[in-house]
Amino acid sequence: MVKKPDLLPGTLDMLILKTLTRAPLHGYGIALSIKRLSDDVLTVEEGSLYPALQRLLLQGWVKAEWKMTETNRRARFYTMTPAGRKQLGLEVSQFELVIEAIGRILSDAQEA
Amino acid sequence: MNPLSRFFRKLSILFTRKRFHNELDEEMAFHRAQAQKELEAGGMTSDAARFEVSKQFGNTTRLKEQSHEVVGLHMETILQDLRFAIRQLRKDPGFALTSILILALGMGVSVAIFGFVDAALLEPLPYANSSRLVSVDENSAAFPRSNLSRADYEDWKRQNHSFSAFDVYTGMGYLLRAASGSEPVQAARVSDGFFTTLGVKPMLGRGFLPGEDVPGKPKIVMLAYGTWLKRYGARHDVVGQSVMLSGDAYTIVGVLPREFTFAPRGGVEFWTPLLDKNGCESRRSCHNLDGVARLRDGVTLQAALGDMQAIAARLAQLYPGSNQGQGASVLPLTEIIVGNVRPILLTLLAGTGLLLMIACVNVASLLLVRSESRRREIAVRGALGATPVRLARQFVTEGLLLAGVGCAMGLLVAAGLMSLLTSLVPKNLAGNVPFLDLVRLNSNTCWFAVAIASLAALLLATTPVMRLSFQDIRDGLGDGDRAAAGRFWRRFGANLVVVELAIAVVLLVGAGLLGQSFYRLLHVDNGFDTTHLATVQIMAPDSAYPNNARTIVLYREIQRRLLALPGVQAVGITSSLPVQCNCNTDWIRIVGKPFHGEHNEVNEREISPNFFGTLKARLVRGRFFTDDDVAAKPQVVVINETLAKEYFPGQDPIGQKLGNGALDATSIRQIVGVVADVREGGLDNEVWPSEYEALYQGSDTFFAVAIRTAQDEKASLPSIVSTLHSIDPNLGVYGEITMTDQIGSSQSALIHRFSTWLVGGFATIAFVLGVVGLYGIVAYSVSRRTREIGVRMALGAQRGTVYKMVMRQAGWLTTMGLGIGLVCAVGASMLMRKLLFGVQAWDVPTLAGVAILLGTASLAASFFPARRAASVSPTDALRAE
Repeated sequence: MVKKPDLLPGTLDMLILKTLTRAPLHGYGIALSIKRLSDDVLTVEEGSLYPALQRLLLQGWVKAEWKMTETNRRARFYTMTPAGRKQLGLEVSQFELVIEAIGRILSDAQEA
Repeated sequence: MNPLSRFFRKLSILFTRKRFHNELDEEMAFHRAQAQKELEAGGMTSDAARFEVSKQFGNTTRLKEQSHEVVGLHMETILQDLRFAIRQLRKDPGFALTSILILALGMGVSVAIFGFVDAALLEPLPYANSSRLVSVDENSAAFPRSNLSRADYEDWKRQNHSFSAFDVYTGMGYLLRAASGSEPVQAARVSDGFFTTLGVKPMLGRGFLPGEDVPGKPKIVMLAYGTWLKRYGARHDVVGQSVMLSGDAYTIVGVLPREFTFAPRGGVEFWTPLLDKNGCESRRSCHNLDGVARLRDGVTLQAALGDMQAIAARLAQLYPGSNQGQGASVLPLTEIIVGNVRPILLTLLAGTGLLLMIACVNVASLLLVRSESRRREIAVRGALGATPVRLARQFVTEGLLLAGVGCAMGLLVAAGLMSLLTSLVPKNLAGNVPFLDLVRLNSNTCWFAVAIASLAALLLATTPVMRLSFQDIRDGLGDGDRAAAGRFWRRFGANLVVVELAIAVVLLVGAGLLGQSFYRLLHVDNGFDTTHLATVQIMAPDSAYPNNARTIVLYREIQRRLLALPGVQAVGITSSLPVQCNCNTDWIRIVGKPFHGEHNEVNEREISPNFFGTLKARLVRGRFFTDDDVAAKPQVVVINETLAKEYFPGQDPIGQKLGNGALDATSIRQIVGVVADVREGGLDNEVWPSEYEALYQGSDTFFAVAIRTAQDEKASLPSIVSTLHSIDPNLGVYGEITMTDQIGSSQSALIHRFSTWLVGGFATIAFVLGVVGLYGIVAYSVSRRTREIGVRMALGAQRGTVYKMVMRQAGWLTTMGLGIGLVCAVGASMLMRKLLFGVQAWDVPTLAGVAILLGTASLAASFFPARRAASVSPTDALRAE
């Protein structure tokens, strides 16, 4: 059995924020969304998801409120705040910078 | 989100912890249910799905903890640390008690003194918008701040553009007709707007209305709250009643509120409008009023001063005879009321700061000693997986706990000290120290306590932590590894002792200098024998003594009757007693000397023939007055040596004449004698030129009597008072006090006594703490080095060498502490030189004395550990570890 790759460290917050750009989601929805959008490559462990959400709440990047789901169950929905949107932009641009740099190194290594 | 709001969010979660956990539970249960549903939809049986989900999820409790750690304040671990800290302290009650006591003392004293500083210097005066109130006065070369004359006041008030209100007040004494006879009462005459300017509203009746202060208006009076309570039984129908003051009927129009105090006129019972001009007020050259004004919006103090100076200059041109050289002074009203206590309060606050520092340093070094002996405990905890942060937090918690408990106890000490110190202020002076009522634990003092407790906590927490981080924890596991162990601590702890000793030096030098100032103040040469001298003030009703002849009969009768009392040796009368103030002055001009209208300001006193004899003042030249110097004879005057030196340098003043600026015939007096300087002003004032006129050539119904007794002068006071009453029951007799008591309770003596005792107290505590601290350091370092000493002795070191080794360390620390301390002490004394009298900030005997005292005590404190070290038996020492 092939082990699924781990999330790159430090990217979880960014991924959560990204999934919230379209619509408010509950925790399960966020996990599902990340899994689906990455074609099952990335899975978010519940053990890191909920502490991460608390961290985001504390930073004021997301807001949480209890709402009803379509199946009429109570769930905590997370919404991105303007500060969160700004943070996302920041993290994405930084991430791209890093990926690009890594890409350059890797391509250089292939040439050598 | 900034760290602060993040902290508050954490805090709010802390208080809604249960809800936080419930919501997390629900959220995760939902997640699990959804995941299970998903799996079931994919074809799994519900049991298999549940198993799969729990496998995925893992330990839910752990999950919850992880979330909680993000938001938690680590409350549990804090509590754990706290419990452990308390256990540690209980295990070592000696250490705990000592530290808490030292901290409580240091903080208590600081907070108590801060209470005074707060009440006096930080709290606004109890008047409406008091920061805009100013004291307005004249000034001259001799007086930076002198009274206003009534004519000048009227001009200033009319011409100024700076004040929205400008009023005056002046002290007054009335004889109050009471059932038991006449009683002198303190009063004040004020201009009509005085209370409105201060923003004080009467609690009963009305205040003075505009125009009610001009001559000829009805006589009305307002009562102080205390008067209303004491003399009128707090009856509400007093308004409209009439009261007899010095033979005139005054109608009571209002009562002032309880919280009203006016420090420049402390014990005033009756407030009346200015009304008729008295003899002084009809002359522009006679100054008896004090001004208080409210600055117009937008007008600065400087602008107001400029305005008033311009007016004063114009008046000086208009009336050169009376106003030449008379300028203006505009000061904040607070300056008048608390200006004289500011230096002493700030000095005391600085003293307590130093004391607190010593206290904290002492406790910090105690903590260091403990942290040293807990090295193994720390090492074991570290080995069992405690992170350095977690270990450090343990020490921080202990520091905070100590500081917290110390602070709480300190507040109790402070409350006690504040009430003790306020009760020490003599009753007759309390009215002039209006802020005493405000000295208490209020929000300001509590904040101050919290602030210094935080600083203390910081110090107590960081000292051991700093030490901890400098050392590899693993070292601690090696048992008995002592050679290198205490090195850092020794160095750091030693530095602390140097700080302690230096502070002790500063406080001891301060106390020494203040003590010397106080001693010199009390033993300053007054020019007369202050012992066995009783004094009393007398106010005779003008109606009964309308002219010279009647008053002189009274003077003679008083002297005759008092002289007849057993034990009385001599009796003298004066218009005002010595060692009071350079006041009641006169402008003189020497006949036959060039004169350009300058104000030659001298003290003016009227004395009976035997007054100087009673005082035992020394005659330098010529003669004193005789019973023959009466109105019918040529007018004569006795001058003091200072006047003789200043106005007759190198000449014989006897036979010369002096008079007022215009040399009016009635003012010309011939000098018949020179008296060695008798101190008229306060103890710390310089001696002024003074002229003494013959009592029987003038007359005043307001005078003082000095009585020299053979025995205890205090015991004779009651019989003196009763004798005076038997002469005339309508005489107002008050202020009976012995001369030594009067000098001892004068303001300068009191301020010096207070500062001496307080700083002396601080210094004593600092001394003890410093020496104990040194003892602790040396004893500790000896105990750490027992094995080393054992080895040295086993290798042949002599006891003398061991002594030398220990004493050298102690000597070095002491020398450092003393050296640094002496330098700082001179600096600190320079800062408080306003409080010094007759002694320099760098007074060598004081500095040397302190150095010797502290040096000896320090060497003694280190001698005992040294002896213990030298008496170590090498075999025991080597086996000890």
